[in-house]
Formats: sequence, structure tokens, C-alpha cells
Amino acid sequence: MALLLAACIGILAGSGVWLLLRPRTYQVVIGLSLCALAVNLFIFSMGRLRSGAPPVLGSTTGTLADYADPVPQALVLTAIVIGFATTALLLVVLLAARGLTGTDHVDGQER
Amino acid sequence: MTDDVLLTILIVLPFVGSLLAATFRPNARNSEAWLAGGVALICLFLLVFAYPAIVERGVLRSEAEWIPALGLSFSLRLDGFAWMFALLVTGIGFLVVLYARYYMSPNDPVPRFFSFLLAFMGSMLGIVIAGNLIILLFFWELTSIFSFLLIGYWHHTAGARDGARMALVVTGFGGVALLAGVVLIGQIVGSYDLDQVLASGEAIRSHVLYLPALVLILLGTLTKSAQFPFHFWLPNAMAAPTPVSALLHSATMVKAGVFLLTRLWPVMAGTPEWFWLLGLAGMAALLLGAFFAIFQHDLKGLLAYSTISHLGLITMLLSLGSPLGAVAAIFHMMNHATFKASLFMAAGIIDHETGTRDMRKLGGLFHYLPVTATLAMVASAAMAGVPLLNGFLSKEMFFAEAIETHVHSLLDTSQPYVAVLASTFAVTYSLRFIHSVFFGAKPHDLPREPHEPPFWMRVPSMFLVLACLVVGIFPAATVGPYLLTAVQSVLGPRTPVFSLAIWHGFNLPLIMSAVALVAGALLYLALKNYLRHSPVGPPVLRHLNGRHLFERGVIVLSLKWSRAAELVFSTRRLQPQLRILLLAAALAAFVPISMGSLGLQGPDWSDLDPALALVWLAGAGCAIGAAHQAKYHRLVALVLLGGAGLATCITFAWFSAPDLALTQLLVEIVTTILILLGLRWLPKRFEEIETAEEPWRRRLRRSRDLGIAFVVGAGMATLAYAVMMLPMPETIGSYFLERSYTEGGGRNVVNVILVDFRGFDTLGEITVLAIVALTIFALLRRFRPAPDNIGSPLQQRRQNAFDEAEPDRKAGDTLGDYLVVPSVIMKWLFPVIIVLAIYLFLRGHDLPGGGFAGGITLATAFILQYLASGTIWVEDRLRILPVNWIGLSLLLAAITGMASWLFGYPFLTSYSQYVDIPLIGSVPGATALFFDLGVFGLVVGATVLMLIALAHQSVRKLRASRTTTAQAAREEA
Repeated sequence: MALLLAACIGILAGSGVWLLLRPRTYQVVIGLSLCALAVNLFIFSMGRLRSGAPPVLGSTTGTLADYADPVPQALVLTAIVIGFATTALLLVVLLAARGLTGTDHVDGQER
Repeated sequence: MTDDVLLTILIVLPFVGSLLAATFRPNARNSEAWLAGGVALICLFLLVFAYPAIVERGVLRSEAEWIPALGLSFSLRLDGFAWMFALLVTGIGFLVVLYARYYMSPNDPVPRFFSFLLAFMGSMLGIVIAGNLIILLFFWELTSIFSFLLIGYWHHTAGARDGARMALVVTGFGGVALLAGVVLIGQIVGSYDLDQVLASGEAIRSHVLYLPALVLILLGTLTKSAQFPFHFWLPNAMAAPTPVSALLHSATMVKAGVFLLTRLWPVMAGTPEWFWLLGLAGMAALLLGAFFAIFQHDLKGLLAYSTISHLGLITMLLSLGSPLGAVAAIFHMMNHATFKASLFMAAGIIDHETGTRDMRKLGGLFHYLPVTATLAMVASAAMAGVPLLNGFLSKEMFFAEAIETHVHSLLDTSQPYVAVLASTFAVTYSLRFIHSVFFGAKPHDLPREPHEPPFWMRVPSMFLVLACLVVGIFPAATVGPYLLTAVQSVLGPRTPVFSLAIWHGFNLPLIMSAVALVAGALLYLALKNYLRHSPVGPPVLRHLNGRHLFERGVIVLSLKWSRAAELVFSTRRLQPQLRILLLAAALAAFVPISMGSLGLQGPDWSDLDPALALVWLAGAGCAIGAAHQAKYHRLVALVLLGGAGLATCITFAWFSAPDLALTQLLVEIVTTILILLGLRWLPKRFEEIETAEEPWRRRLRRSRDLGIAFVVGAGMATLAYAVMMLPMPETIGSYFLERSYTEGGGRNVVNVILVDFRGFDTLGEITVLAIVALTIFALLRRFRPAPDNIGSPLQQRRQNAFDEAEPDRKAGDTLGDYLVVPSVIMKWLFPVIIVLAIYLFLRGHDLPGGGFAGGITLATAFILQYLASGTIWVEDRLRILPVNWIGLSLLLAAITGMASWLFGYPFLTSYSQYVDIPLIGSVPGATALFFDLGVFGLVVGATVLMLIALAHQSVRKLRASRTTTAQAAREEA
């Protein structure tokens, strides 16, 4: 399973980076979103993968080791929301730049 | 009065006065002068009052705790030397205030002037009585700042602005160097306390860091005292009002440098490094300053260069390392302050009365201003070193020291000659100052008819000239004991025997004085006619202009280099920069991997679940597809991005993270809507963009980027796999798991971490969210779309044309028809989604959900209404005020955090208890819920604000085109 997830993180990151290096702003927006997915999965995977571990504390007694690591989850949860906000900001900045410069090239001019 | 009270008043009173002075009316010259003069006078009396105690006890001290952890205390100390300097600052400060009352015109905004002047006085007193090098440095920088503000007082003139900036840059640079030097001294001594520093001279001089510390401190002091090669700021600072020049640029601030050198003289002087560095700098300033002064035409320019020269003399005396040299230096500091301040005042009076300071235009003023002329003559005689005046005494001491041999070297041998030469020049420029202004042909075409200034304007100058005379004639009886106290406090047991007498018999110094006087007079006679028409500055050397060098430096730094840096690092070359960044990151990751610490295992497919593998087959396909299609098929790319997001969402759910899955799903929805809204403003793209780039270069570029993408992706995958294969170490996760229920009162550990344990982080994050949303809002208010996006999209135009062609339809009906079923569903779903949002929010503490998920859900409910029925329809019926949501929610979150202060707990401590509600039963209630409510509201507000602001752009455009059509119709009519 770890290998599968690692491969997927790699594919998401690779696709994202390819788009980040493209000259068109829209490509960069999509690329950044893909990178965000990759990074979130990466951070999440730092807590190791466990299927079927109870996510919330039950009333039944058990050892704490049965539960999933909550720390990466808490980190990623806010990262998802902030990621949306920064994507929105990037999009709006790029739209405004497109309006001002007349081109959607990231450098503000065709070369 | 205790020492504490006395020293505190000395340092606080000027600043209090400064604040008060700033509040007066703009033309309150009298009350400002009363206030400032009063403050100066009180400080002066306090000092006079403290003198017996200083004689008795040596040093007055006051100490208060400041940062005990760093061994820093706010300590003040007043010894004889500091007393003498403080007396100069307050005494001349008082006279300058009196003078400024008459000098400043009724049109000048005087509160600013007197406020800065008092603050400067306070800072200067701070330097003088600081008992700690760090405090001294603090006030040192303050004097630079207030000097900047005072030089730039008439900021409407370019000269004032340039001069102020130059002074600030040069002295600020020196301040940084001094800070570094002081830190080194602190490292050597182990303390910044002045007493301890003064007690460890041997340790400092023999330390490895002595030379770096010395160089840095010299950089600080020589820039402050306008010594060669940093002298050029002082002549340019003459754009300041003359009272400022009299106080700052002759008597006090420029003396701060030599003051500190004298302070550190017992611990740092006496080494060859000290002798050479300081000696060369001092000699250069002494000689060049005096030489340049001769060729100035501006009265104040002459005085400025003369100040440089006299400060050079003091520096040179200090460089010798002999106790008698230090005595002469201290004595000359006092003497120079008295005669130079009075000369500046005279220059100010001349400027004030005639309207010019150009010596080529002036002449014969003795006839109009006999009193001022007499005063100026006495003062400049003191400057030239004429007997029976104070300048003569210290100059004799200087000559005597110059003859002595201190360190066998060329520098030492040349000193007597240089001294006589510089003295000759001093006589020449002093003569020129007097002769060209007060004698000779009467001036014509002066801007104003000159006459004597008001009596009280001459009083300060008169007082100072009187001091020059009295000290010059009865030195031992007047200034002797005070000088001795000052010298003793610096030199301690090394205090030499010195005699302050006018007559020491026929000796070499007297002969040198006589030679200088005669040669100086002859030189003036020889140069007189040349000077009447010459350009500013001495021949040949005038091209060696520090100011031009400085300005060129500024241009190179702030214009040329910054442009060059812009070319490399600016936003015009984002792609190469990003490439470098990515490569650097990949390289940084590669180093530890190549060192073999990764412990990578072979691939292990044994536990592969086919279902998830299928999900990711689709997910990976979506990601690659999005990367491939994003250029020409934006909508397709967006859909594919959503696919990759969904695969991520399923992965979260699969691996026991329901909270993440929920949030990811909701965020995917809003992200898709967001980008959909943005698509409309992007340019159409059907075919390959025409560029001058050759096809092979394009292919090369793409393969290179593909290579980078591959490397980064493979690296990420390897790293992720390697970490996941490592056994899980003990983490802080167990801490949260253990305490989540017992201390946070919640079973959903992720949510408890967010709103309770790490609540402060979350507060920061929602603040960021708020800032981003408001930024987007602000950016879009000024949004100007590109010309090709202004018109409606083709589909909309067709639909509207169809609607308008039919008699029973109106524009927008077709769209409404298309969306009739979805819009009914979405309207019906509105309350359901709201309930879901509240449910998600409320159960968050115990079950997956919480403020973030609930907030986005509610925002989605609003957005769906916009999608179903259009912006105008929704806003006619429902007013969402997202900015208010953001503000109030942030406030709620902060207040919840602060409420814990009421109970004596730290910020954001939460309290939890189960609450029994009738019919519903036992419900978990924690104060963290209020905090989560803040998160909830803020997420709603921010999300809605971003999306609606973007959606409004289409409506705005519509309204704009409507008004233009209406205008066109009106014009036709």
C-alpha cells in the first residue's frame, strides 16, 4: 500500500511541477493545486498508513496505539483550507495581471 | 536629591519637553522658547548642583534592572568628563534655544523644530551619561535620527533633503559598525557595563579581537565626528537651520565621536594600531579640513570644514596615547564648542540680516553690524589661535604634544610640520571669514538692507565670546578645576601635571604659533583676489569630492545594482527562477539520500488492495491528464484536477482520516467553482501561440522541464516510501490522544487539537484566511478585464439573441429553462444543507466535522443559490455580508481566547463539561465550541467573499455595459 501511495504522490507532484514550469498562468494554478494534493498526502503519510483504525476515541477501552496519529491529520486539515485560500489568491492575482498586461504569460509579456 | 532622581530627570525631562513642545500651535515661538529654554536651564542647574558631589565621590550612578537574563541593566553614570560634556550640551543648548527664538521666522512651524531640538538634547545627554555601552549606542542612534530630522527641517528644499539623507546614511552606517564593535568589546569583557569595560583595558588590548573591535569602533566614531574619509556629510548638513548647526554640528553631536574615543581612551589607546589608524585619520582631517575651509564661499561651509579640521586636531591628540595629549583633547573640545557655536550664530545673524551667506557677495558689514562684527572677530581670533583667547591655549598644548616623540615613525616626525601648516590654514580661513564679510567694499545688490539684529539674538553669541575671553585670559582660575575633574575621571591615576597659563616662556610652541599667524596672514593676502572669483573648493582637489562619490555610490547601489538584481531576480523571469528553486530543492534532498541514510527497502506489493489501486489508476490518470490538457482545454483540466482530488479524498477516508476526507471533498467543490468563475476572464486559446522561438529550442525547453518534473516526482515518491517504511517512532500524537478527552473534553482528537491544544495556531490560520479573503476582495474591486473578455461569451450572446428575437421571451429565459430542474433542486436543498452544516459544526468535538467542514458546507449552500438563480436574483432576496462574518467571527475567536484571562488561565485555555438539554439529552459543551464557532463563521465569510467577489465581476461588467448603452441612447436622443 505504501508503495502505491508513494507512487501516487510522485505522479501528483511530477504533474504539478511540470505545470508550474509552464508559461501560462492557468497551467500554474492547476499545477499548484496538484502540488498541494501531493504535499497534503505526503504530510498525511508521515503518520503512517493504517486502515480501519478508529478515528475518534471510543468509550471502549483499548490502547492508544490502536488509534491513527492525529497530528498530521490536524496539520493537513488546516493545510487543505489554507490551500484553497492561496489558490484563490493566486487565481485572482493572475486574473488581475492578465487584465493589466493583456497576456496570460507568467512574466507579464510574451517572449 | 539622590543620584537616581537626578540622573533620571536629566535624561527624561528633555524627552517630556519634546513631547509637550510638539503639541503647541505652529507659530508659538515664544511659548516654545520658554518651554525649551526652561528644560535646558533646569538640566543645567541640576548639573551645577551635582558638581560638588562629583568632586567628592568621583562618579554618580543610577542603576535599574532591564534585561537581567542578558546581564544588561539600565545604568546611568555621571563623572567629571560626562559632567563637562553635559554642561556643554545643556548650556549651549539653552543659548541656541534663545537664539532660535529670533532666528526662526514666524512662518516656520516651530513646534517641530523645538520638539526635535529637545529630543536631540535628551539623546545627547543619554550618550554622555550612559553607564552601559548598549544604552550609549541606543542614544547614539537617536542623535543620528534627530540630526536627520533637524537637517531636513526645511524639507521643501532639495539641499535639506539630500543633506539629511547623506548624514543619516553615513552616521547610520557608522552606528552599525559601532554596534558590532561594542558587541565585540562586550564579548571580550563579558559585560557592557562601562565601569567594567574601563577596568579591563589590559584584557581588551591583548585580545585577538582587539583590532576588529578597534576598526569597527573607529568606523562608528569617525563617521559621527565627520573625520576623513567620512567628512563629506558635514558640509552638506549645513542646509540645516543655523541654530541646529550651532548645536549639533559644532558643539555636540559631531563631538559624540571624539567623546566616545576619549571614553574608551584608557582601555584602547596606546597601541600602534590605535596610533596609526587614528593618527592618520586625524591628520588628514586636520590638514584637508583646514585647506578646504579656505576655499569655501559659503560662511557655514567654511565653518563646517573648519569643524572637521578642529575635530581632526582632537582625534590626532587622542591618537598619541599620551596623557597630556588627552588633556589637550578634552580642553580643546570645550574651547572649540564655545568659539564655533558663537561663530555659527554670527553666520546665522549675517544670513538673517543680509539674506546671503556667500562671502563673494558680502563685505563692509562692520559699518552696519558693529556689535556682531566685534563678537565674530573675537570668536574667529580664538579659532585662529590668537593669544589671550581660549583657542590659543589648547593649540599651544597641541603644538607641545606634536613636538614630543611618541611612536618612532614618519607619522610622528611629520606631526609638528603638519600642525604648523594646518594652523596656518586656520589663520587664513579665520582672516577670510572676518575680512571678506566685515571689511572691504560695501556690498551692493544684497537681498536685504542689513542692520543689527534684536538684542537678545546677540546675547548667546556675546555670552560665548565672553567665555572665550575669560578662559583665554584667566584659564587656571576659571576652567582649571573643572578641566582637572574631567581629566581625572578619564585618566584616573595617570592624570599628568599640566599648567593652564598664557605664558610658558619663549619656547618652541610659541614660535610655531607665531610662524602660523604670520604665514597665515601672508597666505590670505596672496589668495585674497583669487578667492573673490574662484569656484567653490581648492584648485585640483575640488574634484576630489566626497559628496559626488557618495552620490555615485547611492546611484550604483540603489539604481544600477538594483536594476541588475531586478533583471535576475524580478518577476520578469519567473520561470528560470522557479526552475532554479526546484532544482535546488531536489539537490538539497538528494544530498542526504546519496549519503545512504535513507535505508530504502525493495518494493513491496504484497498488501496492495486492488480497489484503492483502481482508484489511483484513475487518480494518476487524472493528474497526468490535467497536466497535459491545461494549456488548451482548461475545463477538461479542471475536471481532471477534481478527479485527482477525489482520489485523494478517498485515500484519506481509506486510511482512517474521515475529517480530512470530509474537508477535502468540500474544498474540492469550492475550488472547482472558484476556478470555473475564473475561466471566463482567460484568453481564448485554440492553436499554438506564435513565438519567435525556434522549434528545437521549444522541444529542448520542454524536455528539460519534463526531466525536472520527473526528478521531483520520483524524489517525492522515494522519500515518501522511505519514510512510510520506517517504524513509527514515539510521537507527540500519543500526548494528544491521552489528553484529548480528559482535558479537552472531546473524542475527535483532530478537532480538539485544532480548537483547543493548538488553538493559537488555528487562530493564526483563520487570520491568514481572513487576510487572503480581504486581499482578494480588494484586488477585485479594482479589477480591469482584458479587452477581449469584456464582451459576453458567445453562448450567452446566442441565447440572448434567440430570446430577444421571440416576442414572448426576455433575455436570460433560455438559460433559466436549461437550469430549471437543477435550480429547483438547489433551492430545495438550501435549508437541508444549512442543517447539515450546523450538524457538522456541532458534532465536531466528538465526531468528524467541526468549524472548518461546517463552514465550507454553509458557504457551499450560499454558492449553490448563486449558481441556481444568478447573482441578481439571490442578492435581491438574501443579503450575505461576508466582511461582517469575517470580522465578527475573528472577534469571537479572540474574545473566547481572552475570556480565559478572566479566570486566571493563559490565552485560549478551554473549559469543558457535558450539558443536559431537555429532550435532546446530554450534550458536550466546551468553551472551545465558541472558538470553533469563530472558525466556522470565518470560513463561511472568507469562502463566500472570495467566490462572490469573483462572481460579481460578470455582473459589474453587465452593469457597466448597460450604463454605456443608456448613455449612448441619451446622446442619440
